[in-house]
Amino acid sequence: MTAIDTAIGQGTVVAMTPGRLLDAYVQEAKAECLRYLRNPGFLLPTLLFPSVFYVMFGIFLGHANSADAPRYLLASYGTFGVMAPGLFGFGVSLALERDSGLLTLKRALPMPPGAYLLGKMCMALLVAAIVAAILLCLAIFVAGAALPPSRAAGFFGVEVLGSLPFSAMGLLLGTLVKGQGAPGVVNLVYLPMAFLSGLWIPLPVMPPFLQSIAPLWPAYHLDRLALSAVGLGDGGDAVHVAVLAGFTIVFVAIAARRLRRHG
Amino acid sequence: MNNDTRIARLEHVGKRYGTVVALDGIDLDIHRGELLALLGPNGAGKSTCIGLLLGLHRADSGTATLFGEDPQDIGPRRRIGVMLQAANLPATLKVGELLRLTASYYPDPRPLAECASLAGVADLLGRRYGALSGGQQRRVQFAMAMAGRPEILFLDEPTVGMDITARQSLWAAIRQLVAGGCAVVLTTHYLEEAEALADRVCVIAKGKVVSEGSVDALRARVALRRIRCLTSLDPGIVAGWPDVASVEARQDRLAIATTQAEVVVRRLLHADPSLSELEVQRAGLAEAFTEIARGADAAQEAA
Repeated sequence: MTAIDTAIGQGTVVAMTPGRLLDAYVQEAKAECLRYLRNPGFLLPTLLFPSVFYVMFGIFLGHANSADAPRYLLASYGTFGVMAPGLFGFGVSLALERDSGLLTLKRALPMPPGAYLLGKMCMALLVAAIVAAILLCLAIFVAGAALPPSRAAGFFGVEVLGSLPFSAMGLLLGTLVKGQGAPGVVNLVYLPMAFLSGLWIPLPVMPPFLQSIAPLWPAYHLDRLALSAVGLGDGGDAVHVAVLAGFTIVFVAIAARRLRRHG
Repeated sequence: MNNDTRIARLEHVGKRYGTVVALDGIDLDIHRGELLALLGPNGAGKSTCIGLLLGLHRADSGTATLFGEDPQDIGPRRRIGVMLQAANLPATLKVGELLRLTASYYPDPRPLAECASLAGVADLLGRRYGALSGGQQRRVQFAMAMAGRPEILFLDEPTVGMDITARQSLWAAIRQLVAGGCAVVLTTHYLEEAEALADRVCVIAKGKVVSEGSVDALRARVALRRIRCLTSLDPGIVAGWPDVASVEARQDRLAIATTQAEVVVRRLLHADPSLSELEVQRAGLAEAFTEIARGADAAQEAA
């Protein structure tokens, strides 16, 4: 039996150094990434859906497509792919953790404010980076898309950062629903939005009404930016960036208000 | 330094959820280094008290303070440890990772190996949390609670789901922490847990403290002892004797409550030489607790 020193300093308060504070953020982000990378129920659908769609429609069924198709579909399915980690990783996990008591415990513990959300954000960015990298490899090495390194890097950057508005949207959804019903609700937002933004069927072949309301959906704007990154854009990048930033700010503001009020 | 040893306080705190009054102007002080047990029926307000001291809720009226500060600020919470009743930790994280994460929130954490050995989870560090039994998960949560070298530890029903050996080893670990100067606030349904650990017991019913004191004082508050016997004596006559608080009769069996058991027993034996199956019992903490809760009910109904 080794003697364990359980004595505590009476009345001496040790201050939190900046280094330890940083470590708290790093540990939180690391734990958040690890737990999802070890969860096949989350990771596999997130990685497989966009890749399988791309392989099916961009490669196997791509004979009749135009020469631009591999790049066009890279933008669509890339956008579809990076929406998921934000919406599900943020939204569903927040909804479950508000229900399971984990968020309550974290609020009681001296976790630095923001570490929880920053941790989830790092996780969403990391998974979005993996999705974007897989699709880029498929497009360049399998579908033979003509993408110079600068365009590939631009696409990667757009898609990874483009997961942020959807993280904000997931955050908001996670504060609106609670518990086991969350995956269903998130899918009800995710799938129709992907369709209405022209990620599955190109917008020009959709009914004019659906085309006209497409700019209402954040996914539409990210898709435009991704198309522009791969060289198929039709301008207006600054507007799309501004719209996405606006969506992000509004979602975060409403979510923060709800979290403060209801926890 | 002042001599005020109160490190966590609720002062006239009121809290309601919709129309339900959870706390009704409660006062509660926790002193440095003491072990306080909060007892009370479900819905009495125990968890709300803890939630307020942890900064999870805001009081509707009155103030909750931790080390003289607002528990919703992070500063005072860096000096506490927490184990909540229902917390599903991430199943895919390993025990060592959970401990390292919790320790990272604190300025001067306890070394991981020390936490693990105090809580008896040293052999589980490489296992995933989701693969552990319920009792093992509670021990991991306890290890996390002391990761920050807390000056005060909040344990909400810590031994639920533990077998008797695990419970006793957790009690030993809690005693070790208290001996080192850590204060503990414990809510529990197990009265023997409060009896085994607590310096002070606080009974809460309907959002108020109805009794506060040492375990012995609490028991003494219900100084009654119960006499049970088989006798042909008329319950009505026995109830009229001095010092007899109450009599319950079922066929020939009498249950007499009294503060003067010796006097009453002597008189019983004298009055009925054929009396049999005599039993005298002191009220345990369980009975004291029921008695106090019932008294609080009666007082409230009378008011």
